[in-house]
Amino acid sequence: MSAWSTLPGWTHGAITILGLAAVTALSRGFFLWSKRDLRLPDALQRALQVAPLAAIVAVTAPEIFLTHGELIGSWRDARLPAALAATAFYAWRPGVLGPLLAGLAVYMPLHIGLGW
Amino acid sequence: MLAFGPGLAAWGLVTGVAMTQSGLGVGLSILMSLTVYAGSAQLASLPLLASGAPMWVIWASAFCVNLRFVIFSSQWRVHLGHLPRRRRLALGYLLADLNLVVFQKAWPDRAVHRTGQARYAAGGAAAVWSVWQVSSLAGILLSSFVPLSWGLGFAGTLSMLGIAYSLLNDRTAWVAAVVSAAAAVAAFALPLKLNILVAIAAAVAASLVMAKAGPAAERGA
Repeated sequence: MSAWSTLPGWTHGAITILGLAAVTALSRGFFLWSKRDLRLPDALQRALQVAPLAAIVAVTAPEIFLTHGELIGSWRDARLPAALAATAFYAWRPGVLGPLLAGLAVYMPLHIGLGW
Repeated sequence: MLAFGPGLAAWGLVTGVAMTQSGLGVGLSILMSLTVYAGSAQLASLPLLASGAPMWVIWASAFCVNLRFVIFSSQWRVHLGHLPRRRRLALGYLLADLNLVVFQKAWPDRAVHRTGQARYAAGGAAAVWSVWQVSSLAGILLSSFVPLSWGLGFAGTLSMLGIAYSLLNDRTAWVAAVVSAAAAVAAFALPLKLNILVAIAAAVAASLVMAKAGPAAERGA
């Protein structure tokens, strides 16, 4: 997550966020609009099921593996050991918070202490 | 419902921290928390916002993250379909993942509408909304004192990692995740953060191919 330098300003951010609020309303209300019973074809339903996972992975993977658009070239990067720690914790105890705290416990000392 | 309180509060806190620490100011973080009210979509939008991706790419990505709600909404329709449209849309907007989990525990029969269900759903929505907003606002305000140089924004990425792992239920999901990660990294040089949409499309295509090949492959195995 880089600096906020590329943002053209507060208004732009606010419009983007209000658009995201509309996206929430659209998705949560999708089948509440019509009174009629709408059924999704099976293939479409299956596609919809993997899309959220795909979107989350698509955003996350570059945040872990890339630096300025290039694959991480140095092992002195706190993100990889932190992601590994989070992964190991998940394998031990699935959840969101446990792996997050395990990852941060590795990330913060390396990043703040050693500047990785 | 009470049993979910601590987990929900912790999750809200983390999302609050991740918003401010991604460089979104306190004001925009509060606006996002109060209006967007969808944790995973908020987290996924943060790196895109920070890198200056166009609005439509951010909205499209968030919609993909939110597609599960489209499926949920067809379930809510059974129970809320009798309400006037405005009320069912307003209530639907406030119904998060946790609401459906709790609701279906209380009313296990998914095909039948019963009186009292809309009121139950509204109560659940109010409870989840309050806990989420209080904890998220606490995260925003507390972490606004932490310097960005500490890199606490990486908490958002680590949370998404955990969410992604929890969605890896079967072989199709694994394939979709691997395809998506590879495509997002390989296509990173595309302008406008289009690598995200390319990756989602590639993963969905892969899962459709697997669904077609799946029955045949299982027969052969």
